[in-house]
Amino acid sequence: MSGASNKITDDELNALILRLGTLLPQLNHGRHGRASSSTTKILKETCSYVRRLQKEVDDLSERLSQCLDSMDISSSDAEFLTNLLQQ
Amino acid sequence: MNNPHHLNPTSLKSRFTTRFLRALTKIRAQKPISSSSPTEIFRRYRRIKVAADKSMAYSVRSRRIWSRAMLWKLRSRSYRRQDPCSGRRSGKTNQAIMKKSSNENTTTRREDGVGFVEEADELRQLVPGGETMNLCNLLDETAHYIKCLTTQLFSPIGKG
Repeated sequence: MSGASNKITDDELNALILRLGTLLPQLNHGRHGRASSSTTKILKETCSYVRRLQKEVDDLSERLSQCLDSMDISSSDAEFLTNLLQQ
Repeated sequence: MNNPHHLNPTSLKSRFTTRFLRALTKIRAQKPISSSSPTEIFRRYRRIKVAADKSMAYSVRSRRIWSRAMLWKLRSRSYRRQDPCSGRRSGKTNQAIMKKSSNENTTTRREDGVGFVEEADELRQLVPGGETMNLCNLLDETAHYIKCLTTQLFSPIGKG
């Protein structure tokens, strides 16, 4: 974003909000147009989505902490990645 | 042997995965869990969590406000562990970050008429460095932050 203007225009705001809306899983199911998704709703959904993602990363870390020993880590990164990707 | 899922080595996903893998290998080598003491597992979970954040932040580097904020937070944590008198240094770095991202100011409260200031503030609490962002930056940073979070979860490590 350029620092030239201090005010965000309504168009810019709408564009940013819309883009955010496209990232949210809940809002992408068969809704028509933007009329049904207000800015407030999109922001609310974004908050709960971010929270959910952060929690899932947390859960992933927890799972890894328990099964780290049994993970098959080969000597080189490339090998490991290839193995993982083939699973 | 052609791998159909070949990772683009310069993509965010592969940069993150490589770093995260390296960190996991180190953590595993440090202390293999012979007993499943809950304290040990918890400590390891904490280290893995930090490693995940670190791997992502370093893969994005200083290109984003949120990654700069996260890097600062990670660095000030390790400074504090080594040197208890580093409070001043952390303060200076925080100022630098705040200056960088608040150049376009003033728009934060203007949207009162539309009534979503509360939700925006709530989002600010969730995105690293959010407290210093104006609305425009906040929305932009959030989109990228979400993309990175999903990259973490859908990396080969996450799905395994």
